[in-house]
Amino acid sequence: MSLSTDDVKKVASLARLAVTEAEVETAHNQLSGIFDLIAEMQAVDTAGIEPMSHAQDVTQRLREDVVTEENQRKLFQSVAPQVEAGLYLVPKVIE
Amino acid sequence: MFEKSLKQLGDALRAKKISSVELTQSYLDRIAKFNPELNAFITVNPEVSLAQAQAADERLAAGTAEALTGIPIAQKDIFCAKGWLTTCGSKMLSNFVSPYDAHIIAQFNNAGAVNLGKTNMDEFAMGSSNETSHYGPVKNPWDQTRVPGGSSGGTATAVAARLAAAATGTDTGGSIRQPAALCGISGLKPTYGVCSRYGMIAFASSLDQAGPMGRNAEDLALLLNTMAGFDERDSTSLQRDKEDYARDLEKPLNGLRIGLPKEFFAEGLDSDVAQTVEAAIAEYKKLGATVVEINLPNTRLSIPVYYVLAPAEASSNLSRFDGVRYGYRAPEYGDLTDMYEKSRAQGFGEEVKRRIMIGTYVLSHGYYDAYYLQAQKIRRLIAQDFTEAFKQCDVIMGPTSPSTAFKLGEKGDDPVQMYLSDIYTIAVNLAGLPGMSIPCGFGENDMPVGLQIIGNYFDEARMLNVAHQYQLATDWHSRAPQA
Repeated sequence: MSLSTDDVKKVASLARLAVTEAEVETAHNQLSGIFDLIAEMQAVDTAGIEPMSHAQDVTQRLREDVVTEENQRKLFQSVAPQVEAGLYLVPKVIE
Repeated sequence: MFEKSLKQLGDALRAKKISSVELTQSYLDRIAKFNPELNAFITVNPEVSLAQAQAADERLAAGTAEALTGIPIAQKDIFCAKGWLTTCGSKMLSNFVSPYDAHIIAQFNNAGAVNLGKTNMDEFAMGSSNETSHYGPVKNPWDQTRVPGGSSGGTATAVAARLAAAATGTDTGGSIRQPAALCGISGLKPTYGVCSRYGMIAFASSLDQAGPMGRNAEDLALLLNTMAGFDERDSTSLQRDKEDYARDLEKPLNGLRIGLPKEFFAEGLDSDVAQTVEAAIAEYKKLGATVVEINLPNTRLSIPVYYVLAPAEASSNLSRFDGVRYGYRAPEYGDLTDMYEKSRAQGFGEEVKRRIMIGTYVLSHGYYDAYYLQAQKIRRLIAQDFTEAFKQCDVIMGPTSPSTAFKLGEKGDDPVQMYLSDIYTIAVNLAGLPGMSIPCGFGENDMPVGLQIIGNYFDEARMLNVAHQYQLATDWHSRAPQA
């Protein structure tokens, strides 16, 4: 599998990571090495094998639809980069 | 005092031979003296620790103390602790004072243990050498030009250098066992689901598991008694009866069947590590164990599978760091997308970004079946290898790491070389099995070697018994680096 520098740029954009041209070059080399390692997996015959997502075969627990947490907005917003009047501030998204 | 086991410390505290305040202060003094060079702690907060010690002394005086009451225990900086800076080794969380406690932290608080500080780690637990930490690399106390392993390297160094009585770690692909091995201490990764992941900053959720790190198996049993337990706030926490992990420590090992996977003793294993591990197996035979060769044929596939699944889950988990609700925000930006992209580019280090990109790629449109689904299928084959193996043996043994601690900077530029150093630990996480590492001697350059013990699901008590009996017969676990 060969990864192009355009692939790297696209992935960085999907992952919301700003990258410089120099970083794309480095990432391209390193990711190619890692994908060569991963490629070993492709030759394995897995026909009929059930994918394993979790070590224990357990089903998701359900709970009553009731409030279990108290409102701690002030405490939680104390660690936010920018808040005003109880709201999180971000750059304007709608003109 | 710094060589006493947790049980001995607990006895001394309850007998009023020493107070928790005195004990905590003496550890804080050691941290102040040695941490500037070892860099094992990111945060210490003496006032808070001493206040907890004071409260523990009151509990001791009132006669309501438990096994760990008053004992200073360091916490890996991946666990959210209310009022404590909790960085996960990242610039992204360099300003994050946690508003809540992780389940594990609450368990220790309820037990009356003293939080001695937050230990250094690879950024978001992604690394095998502690060199990816935003707060600088941790030094191995046996040789400060060498790495302590990772990602729980700060914890391993803190315990080995006697800067904490014991400490916590987390293990996604070997992050408890490998640093324990490289620093000459004991560490246990429980069966997936035994310890709650609530408040433990997520890396790869289907693999992450918290566990204890300490100087011997007996200490690990006491710690696990406090750490384990069902927690409804973790959707993968297992509902099981409470157990005493120390219950089987004293059982003799007559008739124990040890499986030795031939894949763990093949090419790639350093000869000094091989010899040391073989000597440990010989000691087990003296203790009454028998040895059977087993096969784990898919071992070599565990690395590619892990480096698909873990980055995939990480790319999803780390999408929460967007500079809006908590964590780092870039000082200058244009629109919303620019703010996300710059905050994440500046807040994450190189290894974290690399793994986010791998994960994003393997989950992107058109590649899911070829990568993620294929990896999940091979994950089942790897787990089945263990199921087959445990039909022939009670525990599996082998090296924890293919080499002793390597030099700082030695593998820094080559991620693939770094990833390959996890060859013996990763399959255990993929299968969700419990695994531990105990010190079993020294290799070249007098660096510690770890013996890995892998158990069947929920066999932690037996593994601790197996480790404890070895530690009664040998003294590798009580060796300490020169201060």
